[in-house]
Amino acid sequence: MMAHSVVSRALQPFASLGAFFLTTSEVVGGMGVMFGRIASRLVRLSFDRSELMKNLYKMGVKSVPIVVVTALFTGGIMVIQAAPLVQRYGAHGLLGWGAGFGTLREIGPLLTALMISGRVGANNTAELGTMVVTEQIDALRALAIDPISFLIVPRFIGIVTTLFLSTVFADALALFGAAYAGTGILGVEPMVFFNGLTSGLLGLGDVFHGLIKSVVFGIVIALASCQFGIATSGGAPGVGRAVNSTVVVSAAGIFVLDYIVSFAIG
Amino acid sequence: MIELAGITKSFDRPVLRGVNLRVPDGCLYGLIGPGAAGKSVLLKIIVGLIRPEAGTVTIRGRDIFAMSDLELQEFRKQIGMLFQNNALFDFMTVADNIAFPLRRLFDLPEEEVRQRVAERLQVVSLPGFEDRLPSGLSGGQKKRVGVARATVARAPIVLYDEPAAGLDPVTSQKIFDMLRAEQRAAGATVIMVSSDLDRLLTVTDRVGMMYRGQLIFDGTTQEAQESADPYVHQFVHGIPEGPL
Repeated sequence: MMAHSVVSRALQPFASLGAFFLTTSEVVGGMGVMFGRIASRLVRLSFDRSELMKNLYKMGVKSVPIVVVTALFTGGIMVIQAAPLVQRYGAHGLLGWGAGFGTLREIGPLLTALMISGRVGANNTAELGTMVVTEQIDALRALAIDPISFLIVPRFIGIVTTLFLSTVFADALALFGAAYAGTGILGVEPMVFFNGLTSGLLGLGDVFHGLIKSVVFGIVIALASCQFGIATSGGAPGVGRAVNSTVVVSAAGIFVLDYIVSFAIG
Repeated sequence: MIELAGITKSFDRPVLRGVNLRVPDGCLYGLIGPGAAGKSVLLKIIVGLIRPEAGTVTIRGRDIFAMSDLELQEFRKQIGMLFQNNALFDFMTVADNIAFPLRRLFDLPEEEVRQRVAERLQVVSLPGFEDRLPSGLSGGQKKRVGVARATVARAPIVLYDEPAAGLDPVTSQKIFDMLRAEQRAAGATVIMVSSDLDRLLTVTDRVGMMYRGQLIFDGTTQEAQESADPYVHQFVHGIPEGPL
C-alpha cells in the first residue's frame, strides 16, 4: 500500500504533463475543426451579410475609443523608455526610427490584439455561450439555419477585419502620440521625429510585418472565442469558464504565434 | 408518419432506453410523464439535434440520421419546434423572432411577413408587442412568442415542449385550442409535451407516457384516461399515492 502511494507520487508529474498535453490537444484540435468548418463556408461564400455588418459595427466601430487611448499612450511610453538613451547619446534624430521600429513591428499589433481579445473576444464567447445554454443555437438548427454560417463566420470575419484595421489605426496613432511625447519630454520637434521615421531605416516591410501579425492574432482570437463559446456547457458558470478560457488561450496564442511569426518572417 | 425504433441515449446516466414510438400522419400526440423521464430529449432526437446511441428515427419514410448535415438542414424546414425554455433570440425583437423562419426559409414579400407576424401575435394575445425585446417579457409572454414562432411557417410537423408552461388557465386553454384548431386545419402531425394534463388531454388524439426513459403506455386519449396501469392511472389522474 505504502509502495503504491510512493509510486503514485513519483508518477504524478507525468500524469500532470499528460493531462496538460491532452487539454492542449483538445483546445488546438477544437480550434482546428472550427477553422475547417469556417473555411468550408467561406469558400462557398455561405455566411450572413447582415450579421457581418452588425458585427463589424459592434466589434470594430465600438472598439475605436479603447484603441485610441491604448495607441496614444503606447507611443508615449515608447518615448519615455527611449528617453534616457536618447539623452545620453544625443541621438534625437533616431527617436522616430526607434519608436517606429518597435511600434510597427511589435508593440502596435501586440497591444491592439490584447485589447481586442479582452473587449471583443471575451464578449463574443459570452454571447455565443449564452446562446448555447439558452438553447438559441439549437433553435437555429431546428429552424434549418446553419449556426456556423449565420453566427460564426460573420464573427470570424468581423474579428479578423477589426484587428487588422485597428492595428493600422493604432500604428498611426501610436506614432502620432510618440511624436508629441518626444516634443514634450525630450524637446524633439515632430518634424525631426518624422524625418527619423522616414529616413530609410524603416520600410514597408516593417509595416507589413506588423500587419501580418495582426491577421494571425485576429485568427487566433476569433477561433478561440468562437470555439469556447460554441462548446460551452454547464449553464451560467459554464459561460464564465468559457470566457476565462478564451482570454487565457487567446493571450497565450498571441504570444506563442508572435514568436513564431517573428522568427519565420524575420 | 413519425417512427422511432429502439432509441437509446445516455448522458451521465441512461436517459432513453429503447423507445419505440409511431405517430401517424395528422395525429396530435401528447407525450406525458414525470420530470426527467426523457420527453424533451426525445423531441430533440426527433428533430435531429441529439444523435441517439442506438435506434432510428424515420420521418415521412426517411431515416434522419442517415442524412448528410445539409440534407438534414433542408429536411428540418418541414418541422416547427417550440423549446421548453422558448429559446427566443435575445438580440432580436419579438417581431424579428417570429419573422425569422419566414425571412430565412421562404422568399416572401416583406409586407406578407409583417402581416403574418401581426396575425400570430393576435392569435397568442400579444398584439402590439412587435418592437419589444424578449428580455422585457414575462415568462408567459415569452412562451406565447415561442408558440408564434413555432407555428408561423405552417410546418407539416410541429413539436411543442410545454406550450402552456407559465400561462394562466384561460390563456393556457386558448393556446391549446388554437394549436388544436390549426393542427386540424393544416392536417399537421404534432407531438406535444405538457404537464398540464387537464388541458392537454382535451386536444390530443393519442397519448404516450414515458417513465424512466421508456415508453410505458401508448394509446388513445380515452384509453389513457381509463387505463388500469397503476403508473398511467396515478399520473393521468394526479393521485399522490402510488408507484410513481
